[in-house]
Amino acid sequence: MIQRIRFLLNLSRAHGISRRYFFTNGYDGALTMLGLNVGFYSTGNVPTHIAINACLGAAIALFVSGLTSAYISESEERKKELVELERAMVVSLGDTEYGRATQWVPIWIALVNGFSPLLVSLFIISPLWMSQFEVYLPIPPLESTISFAFLTIFLLGLFLGKVSGTFWLWTGLRTLAIAVITCLLILTLEF
Amino acid sequence: MAKVKRIVLDVLKPHHPSALEFAKAIADQENQCNVKLTVEEVDEKTESIVLVIEGEDIQFDGIVDTIKNLGGSVHSIDGVEVEGTEASPQKE
Repeated sequence: MIQRIRFLLNLSRAHGISRRYFFTNGYDGALTMLGLNVGFYSTGNVPTHIAINACLGAAIALFVSGLTSAYISESEERKKELVELERAMVVSLGDTEYGRATQWVPIWIALVNGFSPLLVSLFIISPLWMSQFEVYLPIPPLESTISFAFLTIFLLGLFLGKVSGTFWLWTGLRTLAIAVITCLLILTLEF
Repeated sequence: MAKVKRIVLDVLKPHHPSALEFAKAIADQENQCNVKLTVEEVDEKTESIVLVIEGEDIQFDGIVDTIKNLGGSVHSIDGVEVEGTEASPQKE
């Protein structure tokens, strides 16, 4: 099954696209969670269940948005590419691996695009969940969540550095710097 | 029944799968066969290749199916080498 997905991704040259989607939407999810939790932190005294519900709402919205937007755009893009290739080949490619890739690759990319912000968000807000079940980390839940968001953003930066073959620590620190600037913006502009 | 030992095909295929993957897929489809692929011409979206397949008993239909499945199309059969098997005794 994995080999089959790999073959279809390779055939339609979608490896890079799914990797990009994984990073961009995961990064979106992480920054959204960071922003929400910094907002809760600066507001103060926000009940944990309200913070969880707000974060979960945003995570689900990102999941649905990622899933549907990638599917719609990718399937149309793939269909266009298939038609162009059929014109060049002067044969119908509907019943070939190309036709199957046109059907399945948008689904795969949509899943990556949808699940990456959802899973990243669920990981980031896990300290809030844990506190609901009376499992406490050394630092308070909201601060832990913000730390988890910074850690995730840093790890996404590392992933990007590893993929691009550049110095991984530099890309990690660069994404971390963006997260810090985002926090400062939120804290400065908030009423 | 005659056995096909060697076949030369002129094929048009998309750039992906690559020549290596294309040749491997055909070699995997046939039992103990030797596949030689030469890229003759490269266009914007397609490439023309010449496939030389050698084996003990090449199944032509299976090869054509594999080529079609990978998005290619056989333009022509440019050469064949066929070996006849021992004829069965004629009935009087």
